[in-house]
Amino acid sequence: MEKKLSLKKLTSSREMSLLLVVVVLCIFIQFRNSSFLTANTINDMLKNYSVTMILALGMMCVLLIGGIDISIGSTIALSGMGSALMMRDAIITNSLVGFAVSILIGLGCGLVIGLVISKGKVLPIIATLGFMNIYRGLTYLIANSQWVAAYQVPESFKAFSQSNYLTFGLMNNMITVMLICYIIFFIMMKWTRTGRKIYAVGSNPEAAEISGIKINNIKLLVYSMMGAICGLAGALWVSIYASAQGDMASGKEMDVIAACVIGGVSLNGGRGSVIGVFLGSLTIAIIGKALPLIGVSQFWQNAIKGVIILIAVILNVVTQRIMDKNNLKGREM
Amino acid sequence: MATKSGRTISAEKKTSWKQSLLKWETLLILLFIAVNIMNSIVSPNYLSVSGLFTATSSFLEKAFIALPMAYILVLGEIDISVGSIVALSAVLMSLAYNAGVPMVLSILICLAVGTACGLLNGFILTRFTELAPMIVTLGTQILFRGIAEILLGDQASGGLTNVQWFSNLYWGSLGPVPYMFIVFAICALVFGLVLHKTTFGRRLYAIGSNRLSAVYAGIHVQKLRLIVYTITGTFSAVTAIFLAARMGSTRSNIAEGYELEAISMVVLGGISTAGGKGNFPGTVIAIFIIGFLRYGLGLINVPSQVMLVVIGTLLVVAVMIPNLNVGKLFKKKA
Repeated sequence: MEKKLSLKKLTSSREMSLLLVVVVLCIFIQFRNSSFLTANTINDMLKNYSVTMILALGMMCVLLIGGIDISIGSTIALSGMGSALMMRDAIITNSLVGFAVSILIGLGCGLVIGLVISKGKVLPIIATLGFMNIYRGLTYLIANSQWVAAYQVPESFKAFSQSNYLTFGLMNNMITVMLICYIIFFIMMKWTRTGRKIYAVGSNPEAAEISGIKINNIKLLVYSMMGAICGLAGALWVSIYASAQGDMASGKEMDVIAACVIGGVSLNGGRGSVIGVFLGSLTIAIIGKALPLIGVSQFWQNAIKGVIILIAVILNVVTQRIMDKNNLKGREM
Repeated sequence: MATKSGRTISAEKKTSWKQSLLKWETLLILLFIAVNIMNSIVSPNYLSVSGLFTATSSFLEKAFIALPMAYILVLGEIDISVGSIVALSAVLMSLAYNAGVPMVLSILICLAVGTACGLLNGFILTRFTELAPMIVTLGTQILFRGIAEILLGDQASGGLTNVQWFSNLYWGSLGPVPYMFIVFAICALVFGLVLHKTTFGRRLYAIGSNRLSAVYAGIHVQKLRLIVYTITGTFSAVTAIFLAARMGSTRSNIAEGYELEAISMVVLGGISTAGGKGNFPGTVIAIFIIGFLRYGLGLINVPSQVMLVVIGTLLVVAVMIPNLNVGKLFKKKA
C-alpha cells in the first residue's frame, strides 16, 4: 500500500509526466528519422537552444514571484550589441571581458526594471512592456542602426561557441555554460535562503512580508538576475551567430515563457521547479529541432508550437483537477 | 504593502485614488496639448483640419484593437493574441477574395474569422478558468500566426486594390473627415457608453475589482468574459480590414506587435492591468497622444528607434508618476 501510493505520487508529479512526454516525443521522432538520437544531432540541438534554456531559468524566478518580463529579448540585444560594439572598436580585446561587459550591461538593465517595479510600483507587464521598447530603441541607437558583422567579431569570441575547451573536449562550451547555470540554480532554488524566499514571495506575498521577507529586495534581486542572465545570453548569442543585429532575439520572450509554462511554472507565482523548466525548455528544443528532421515544412512550426503550448497548459489544468478530486476523495474516506 | 490579492476597500483609499485619477485625466490632456503644440511648431502645415485628419489616419487602424482591449484590461486580464488575429483574418480575407469570393463576402469572412479566434480564446479561458489569460493568448498568438504562415508561407496575397471602394475604406474621406475616423468615432462612442452607462460595463468593473464578490453578486462572470474576448476578436478583424485596405495586400507577418501598441495606449489612458480601474475617455485621449506623438516625431525625421525609446519612456514614466504620488500621500497620512 505504501509503495503503491508513492508510485502513484511519482507518476502524478508534474516532472515525471513531462519526462514521459519528452521520452515519447523522442521515440516517435526516432522512428520517423533515425538520425535524431545521435550524439551529433543532440549536440547541435542543445547548442542552438542553450540560450533559451538559460533564459528560462531567469524567467522561472520572475514568474515564481508572480511577475513577468517581456523585455528580455531587448535586453539580450542591448547587452550583446553593447559588448559586440566594444569588441568591434577594439576597446575590448579579451573575450572574457566581452562576456563580463555584456553581463554587466544586462545587470544594469535588469536593475532599472527591478527598481521601477519594486520602488515605482509599476505592474511588471507594463514596466517590461515599456522597457522592451526602450532597450530595443537604444540597441539601434548605440549601433547607429548598423550590424556588427562576422569579420568584426574577434575570432576568440566566435570560437567560444564552436569549441569545447571548457570540458576538455567532452561537449560544446554553450552546453557546458547551460549546465553550469542549471546546477547553480538547482542548488540556489532548493537549498539557499534566497531561493526559498523567492518561492515564499510568490506563493503568498502578504504572508512573506509578515514573516519578515523584504519583498521589494527580492523583486529587485529577481529582475536584476534576469537582466544578468539576459546579458550572458546576449554574449552567447553574439558568439553563436557571429554577429550582432539590432533586431536580434526579438520575440525570444515568448519562447522562453512558453518553455517555462510547459515546464509547469505557474503564471500566478509560487509554483515551478528547475527540473521542470529544464524539461520544458528541452521540449521546446526537441520540437524546434525535430520538426525539420521529420520533414515538416517550416511554415507549420509555429502552428504546431502554439497547439503544443495550449495542450500543455490545458493538460496541466486537467491533471490538477483530477488530483484535487482524488485528494478530496481521500479525505472523505 | 504587498498587494497581490488583497484589495483594500476603505473610504480613504478611494478618495486618494480618485484624486490621482483626477490628476491623471488632467495630465493626459496637458500631454495631448503639449504634443500638439510641439507638432505645430515643427511642421507649420500641421495645425489645419486636413493636416490633423491625415495625422489620425496614420494610427487609427490600430486603435480599433485598443477599444476592446480596454474592456479586457478593466477585467484585469490581457490578450496578446490580437496581432495574430489581425494577420490571420486579413490573410483569409485576401485568400477568399483571390479565390473569387466577392469583396463584401470576403469582408464578412474576415470578421467571422476574427470573431471565431476571439471565441476560441474566450472558450479556453472560460472553460479552464485556472489558466492565466497571458499564457492562453500567448499560445493562440503563436497558433493563429502559425495558421496564417501555413496558408500563405512567405508569399504575399495582393490584388485587393482592384476594388476601388475597398481601398477607399482607408484612403477615402467624407469632406476632410476620413471614413475610418467616422467609424472609429462611432465605435469609441459606443464602447465608452457601454462601459460607463450600462449594467454590462458596471459588471466588467465589478469583475475587475473583485472577481469572487462579483460571482457572489450573481454576475455571470464567465459569460461576460466570453463576450469580451469574442468582441476583441471581432475588432481585431476590423483592424485587419482597414490595414488590408491601406496596404492592398496581406502577408502572414503583418500586424506584429500590435498587441503591445494597443496595450500601451490603454495603459497610458489610465486603465490598470490589475483591473477595475480607469475610464474610457482616458483611453481615447491616450490613443491620440501616442498617435500624434509618433506622427510628429516622424515629421521631424526622428528615426523610429528613437520613437521606441520615447514611447517606452512615456509609458513607464506616465504609469509611475501617480504611483509615486499616492505613496507620498499615504506617508503623510500615516
